[in-house]
Amino acid sequence: MAITSSKQSQVNKLSPKLLRDVREKIIEFILFIAAFSSVATTVGIVGTLLLESVKFFQNLALHRLAASQGVSVEELTNQTVSIGETLTSIWAFITGTTWAPNFEPPQVGILPLVSGTLVTTLVALFVAVPLGTIAAIYLSEFAPPRVREVVKPALELLAGVPTVVYGYFALLFVTPILQVVLPALPAASMLSAGLVMGVMIIPYISSLSEDAMRSVPNYLREGSYATGATRFQTAVNVILPSAISGISAAYILGISRAIGETMIVAIAAGGQPNLTLNPMDPGQTMTAYIVEVSKGDVAYGTLDYETIFAVGLTLLIMTLIFNIIGHWLTKRYRETY
Amino acid sequence: MTSQQNIQKIRQTIARNKRSDFIFSIIGLSSMVFAILVLALLILDLAMDGLPRLDWQFFTSFASTDANQAGVLAAWVGSLLVMLVTAASAIPIGIASGIYLEEYARKNWFTDLIEINVANLAAVPSIIYGMLGLGVFVYTFKLGQSIASAGFTLALLILPVVIVATREALRAIPSNIREAAYACGASKWQTTWDHVLKYSFGTILTGIIVALSRAIGETAPLIVVGAVAFIAFLPDSLLSQYTVMPIQMYRWTDVPDPEFQANAAAAGLVLVVMTLAMNAIAIYLRYQLRKNITW
Amino acid sequence: MNKVNLKLGRLSAIGVITLTAATFCASMPAVLSQGAAVKIDGSSTVFPISQAAAEGFQKSTGGKMRVTVGVSGTGGGFQKFCRGETDISNASRPILKKEIDACKKAGVKYIELPVAYDGITVVVHPQNNWAKNLTTAELKKMWEPAAQGKINNWNQIRSGFPNAPLKLFGPGTKSGTFDYFTEAINGKSKQSRPDFTASEDDNSLVSGVSRDKNAIGYFGYSYYAQNKNKLKAVAVNGVLPSEATIKSGKYAPLSRPIFIYVNAKSADKPEVKQFVQYYMKNGAKIVGSVKEVSLPGNAYSALLNRFNKKQTGSVFGGDEKVGVTVAQLLATPKD
Repeated sequence: MAITSSKQSQVNKLSPKLLRDVREKIIEFILFIAAFSSVATTVGIVGTLLLESVKFFQNLALHRLAASQGVSVEELTNQTVSIGETLTSIWAFITGTTWAPNFEPPQVGILPLVSGTLVTTLVALFVAVPLGTIAAIYLSEFAPPRVREVVKPALELLAGVPTVVYGYFALLFVTPILQVVLPALPAASMLSAGLVMGVMIIPYISSLSEDAMRSVPNYLREGSYATGATRFQTAVNVILPSAISGISAAYILGISRAIGETMIVAIAAGGQPNLTLNPMDPGQTMTAYIVEVSKGDVAYGTLDYETIFAVGLTLLIMTLIFNIIGHWLTKRYRETY
Repeated sequence: MTSQQNIQKIRQTIARNKRSDFIFSIIGLSSMVFAILVLALLILDLAMDGLPRLDWQFFTSFASTDANQAGVLAAWVGSLLVMLVTAASAIPIGIASGIYLEEYARKNWFTDLIEINVANLAAVPSIIYGMLGLGVFVYTFKLGQSIASAGFTLALLILPVVIVATREALRAIPSNIREAAYACGASKWQTTWDHVLKYSFGTILTGIIVALSRAIGETAPLIVVGAVAFIAFLPDSLLSQYTVMPIQMYRWTDVPDPEFQANAAAAGLVLVVMTLAMNAIAIYLRYQLRKNITW
Repeated sequence: MNKVNLKLGRLSAIGVITLTAATFCASMPAVLSQGAAVKIDGSSTVFPISQAAAEGFQKSTGGKMRVTVGVSGTGGGFQKFCRGETDISNASRPILKKEIDACKKAGVKYIELPVAYDGITVVVHPQNNWAKNLTTAELKKMWEPAAQGKINNWNQIRSGFPNAPLKLFGPGTKSGTFDYFTEAINGKSKQSRPDFTASEDDNSLVSGVSRDKNAIGYFGYSYYAQNKNKLKAVAVNGVLPSEATIKSGKYAPLSRPIFIYVNAKSADKPEVKQFVQYYMKNGAKIVGSVKEVSLPGNAYSALLNRFNKKQTGSVFGGDEKVGVTVAQLLATPKD
């Protein structure tokens, strides 16, 4: 009791200003910690992926060693793997053309998964880039305000639909329709997954591109009209080049979305890791492979578990490369009005 | 004569130009109509396949080996609980980060780092977040394949969205509001909490709604952190196993039986209606706010 | 201040309160009562049987007892089982030497309970009018490792077959069905060509084969029996899989028993104990309900006995064997 009362009096002696300053500092510190959480997330992502991938490549090297000596992996568990052998297994991972991680010895060439990812992404861009760009030009330069108010949110709803629903739609609605036109199309193909993915990406591309075009200052438009150019000529010759950095950023975002898209390809593209560039074939993307393995449960510390992390790391590196290209493009072509 | 011809020429050019403008308008409009038509078709397709299955029983029964008895009870309760955890963790942290970056942070390399970082996190594929959740929440923190793991994983996923929404909302508040508050002797936090945050709350809310609608439909990361294949009970704590709507739908899509595919369509219809309704609410809110802003 | 802002003010107050409440709920110590649930994982071939058992059991206890069933494949299931993460493991083959050692290392003892007979069924698309009967040699030609990238056309399998691309579908490599099929057809377990569409989930395989005219695939009998309208079974060495041919062992070499393995420690838990007892008492009914082939009449009571006495270990001692009789199944397990 005595102690608390003496504390009480001490607190009362403290000036309100000091109290207030302390409180402000504490609050600021809490906010700072919260802001730091996003950095922690990144560290967490990179850390986990790297850690498990390193384990994976060492494990892989062990398997290859065992295969070359004709013994089982269990007999080699205590043997350490040299850096060179690990590097060799990384090289095999990057350049291998067969993906069968659960075989003895495991064959883990990531190329079939990379080709699947690229093909579905390209098909998607084939749909989304023209449609999204045309939509953006129309919304920014042509649409009456009333039309814009209705159409723009409607277009944005496309991005709001859960992708698992798109997957269902691709498999049970789009594929049968495509098969009428292309009888040779198998039930699961990268083509139908890619097409549906393209529709999903349209709003990402159109809304960012439109923002970029609308931020082009009006005097450029007026100058162009003054020389007698039509709206269309103005849009193509003046607005597009001026907004090119924003538009390329929109394309990059579209590409990232397509590379990282999972459920549509997991459901509709077939699960076969084929090294092919033909969209009519079934294929497996990196994301779809991760889903396939995780669908059962991934048991901690198994080669499977490590495999999905290595694939995930590859995926992350790919999206990062595109992001860096995007930043560079935006910087390089930034118009100074 | 020549002037006559010139005028003729000019008129023709103008007519041609007008025509090309008109043609492009048509192309532009039809490209958008096509995209929106696809969305309409998708909803129609789901409704055709799934509506007959949508009844009270569908929402109140568990998954089953018999398609006609199967329902989404465990899935929607699971979705609800996961969302609760996600909202409770992502919203305070996201808003706090936004406030720090917009109101408190001094311009230095560190805040630059955080900014670049948030921008990059938004582009990271969602399945990667699932792997982070698997490594960190499921195994390192030993939360197992539970509602808590799922909720935290999705919270990390939508954090960048909440941060960006908060920052944009705060940026829209004119600085004279802040100055007025300081002039009355308010501290920084009082200004932020009582004025800046209060006036921007509506805008932040729309961002949060959009983020949550994204989290509700997210499937891939939750497959990685392990929602189970068959579950026929309601979770009773944040550590129990669970399933969620999109995963239930995915499992049913996988079953070759058309009856189960009808179930998948019904679950999909519920999902689409839910996410689109959330998006519509956000759009409406944004519209109302824009209309009523009077500084 | 206009109306909206006032409304928002109120909204924000409510929002803040809800948030704090929600945060409080979320940060509640996760030591909350863990509802006791029986955790099952493993083979997708056994999944329908265990799922039906779980469903019936939960109904019979009025929802008090709870069961979850996952699909990780036999190998994936054993990985977790031998770390003590699951109570029961579904397996479409007996436990292997490697897994026995892993269980021993972790101190996990198990009770082996065969639950049904299964015939791995080779299926094609209903419109496939040429592959009615295949020999084991022809199947081997299709699936052996040497076929990778070389055997891509039906006309390479038998002269007279049409010139059509050969599309292969099979269970994933963690699957017991894969292990057994490769052992029986290719002569060595896990030896197979890698370039086929693989899934741990047999439902995906059914869908895949039913949508592709040139496809051929293999998986557990019940998945075929439940989808007879979408698939056609292929006779192997002249014998079609059916309840009778699988039971009598005439459908060879692809008939095999399938199992559940119960963690002996978990068997003391009331929910696991009651669940397994329910499973064995209603064995024939449960197995029949998902169109799988049940064991002969008295086998389930003998197995219930084995469970109640807690006879741990496996009858097979870690060997991969093709062609097992009921008498062998019911022999005394060796630990």
